Amino acid sequence: MLKQCEGSHAVAEAVALCRPEVICAYPISPQTHIVEGLGEMVKGGELKDCEFINVESEFAAMSVAIGSSATGARTYTATASQGLLYMVEAVYNASGLGLPIVMTVANRAIGAPINIWNDHSDSLSQRDCGWIQLFAETNQEALDLHIQAFKLAEELSLPVMVCMDGFILTHAYERVDMPTQEQVDAFLPPYEPRQVLDVNEPVSIGAMVGPEAFMEVRYLAHAKQMQALELIPQLAAEFKSVFGRESGGLIRTYRCEDAETIVIAMGSVLGTIKDTVDEMREAGHKIGVLGITSFRPFPLVEVAAALKNCKRFVVLEKSLAVGNGGIVATNVRMAVTGMGLKGYTVVAGLGGRAITMKSLTGLFEKAGRDELDLVTFLDLDWKVVNKQLEREREKRRTGPAAEAMLRDIGAVAARNY
Amino acid sequence: MFQVRIHGRGGQGVVTAAEMLSIAAFEEGRHAQAFPSFGSERTGAPVVAFCRIADKEIRLREPIMAPDAIIIQDPTLLHQVDCFAGLKKDGYILINTTKTFEQLGLGDFVRDWHAERLCTVSATELSLKHVGRPVPNVPLLGGFAAVSGIIKLESVAMAIRDKFSGKVADGNIAAATEAYNIVVAEMKEALTHHA
Repeated sequence: MLKQCEGSHAVAEAVALCRPEVICAYPISPQTHIVEGLGEMVKGGELKDCEFINVESEFAAMSVAIGSSATGARTYTATASQGLLYMVEAVYNASGLGLPIVMTVANRAIGAPINIWNDHSDSLSQRDCGWIQLFAETNQEALDLHIQAFKLAEELSLPVMVCMDGFILTHAYERVDMPTQEQVDAFLPPYEPRQVLDVNEPVSIGAMVGPEAFMEVRYLAHAKQMQALELIPQLAAEFKSVFGRESGGLIRTYRCEDAETIVIAMGSVLGTIKDTVDEMREAGHKIGVLGITSFRPFPLVEVAAALKNCKRFVVLEKSLAVGNGGIVATNVRMAVTGMGLKGYTVVAGLGGRAITMKSLTGLFEKAGRDELDLVTFLDLDWKVVNKQLEREREKRRTGPAAEAMLRDIGAVAARNY
Repeated sequence: MFQVRIHGRGGQGVVTAAEMLSIAAFEEGRHAQAFPSFGSERTGAPVVAFCRIADKEIRLREPIMAPDAIIIQDPTLLHQVDCFAGLKKDGYILINTTKTFEQLGLGDFVRDWHAERLCTVSATELSLKHVGRPVPNVPLLGGFAAVSGIIKLESVAMAIRDKFSGKVADGNIAAATEAYNIVVAEMKEALTHHA
């Protein structure tokens, strides 16, 4: 059924349709509306046979999720930013133990300086934790990916993060097509665990593994992610047959047929990029878009195939590998090893900096002329950066940098409009 | 695509107004996208929310920098933030005030604009009268339906029923309807005056 609602609400409804049995939650912006919505549904009796557990921290949220998943309950939680960092030890345990928990990450920057706005630093910091990471482009895809995530997680016995841009998606009202319970039930069978804590058939989960088998157990985690590379497109196809729309998959291309320049990105910024590309196509630029839906596992073969006929690619990412450049870009470069392509990294939108069509157009035109630096920081205010660097050259006790830079731009909380 | 920017203060229902505007447009079968300016807003602090309305899927995610219309829920913001930044010439302006554009010091700014697109309505008073609370957002949507013609008053009423129920919904619909009628009269006046 078509409805106009907030992204968080759409996800909460979709998760409820997946019949979770345990939801544990600790509030943190911009994720909070999702679990609030689920809490209301449990309390109001719309979501039956589900235990909603308020915990005292994100570490507890993931620990409870591990416990409940190990007893064979379909388990869901959600977090963002510092909350994800706070639960990290348990995040690794969930994947290491092979527990199919589904977690929404409402992507948000990581402090310090504290910032509640969107970028991808949080989930990308967990790129090697063993969870599958899927990125949603729209609220429709966010809700669809949650339905696919439970099935994917349970088929592989691996946890899945569904990543959606904080505020930009979670707090946006837009049209979504909410599936029926019958459709979701037809797609997602009841959870049949591969391992379960059962008093009648006791097992122990979480043994200490020494040098004799640790590498093999770790390799198995990698092998499962390689299986996910095959399963993710299968589930997207199956999803299409039940729900009638394209959602998920590993990658998605847009106007790439004869493209000389291909822009690569993840999440909601793909929409703005596609609008920019449409305009540039009309002006005669041969430019296309490659959206990466599955960041983990990273679809090396599919990315290479999508780029095989272009001359250059631009990875635009909302993340920064401090001291290196791009995170997504590093993965893409691995995919195109030996292909002889020019590749550019663009770090954009950190901490909620708006990514505008105007800036993108200038950027892509420059890339098309091969005049772009290898690493570019989109719309960076160099005056502010240079002033601070100069201050630091001039004297020792310059005080806290963030506060000084805020003073320089004259902004405490004021905005331009 | 029609783009609306709403300026107000924390507590005035700025974000809710943008959401309701998107629901009203959705009720008419159109695509709409509403989103807030994502701050850690406090009561009384300047707040901005956005709404795009179009006949096809809206993919653009940048803030609205060149709006077709501006709704100002609190005229004291005129001295604090550049509410009209990027507004297209001959755009629509609706301000919650008992004053005129001249009295607000906006006379020169809009001198040769379409007068019937520049409206005011004392939405706070209407809200106090019909709902008993000084929340100007909903009556302004009624007025906005009139001045912009982009949505119908009935769709605003449907959006009100989506967000509120019972007496609060009834009061808000009455307030929105009165605001609509006031703005329609203002537009008629402006057109006769200029004809």
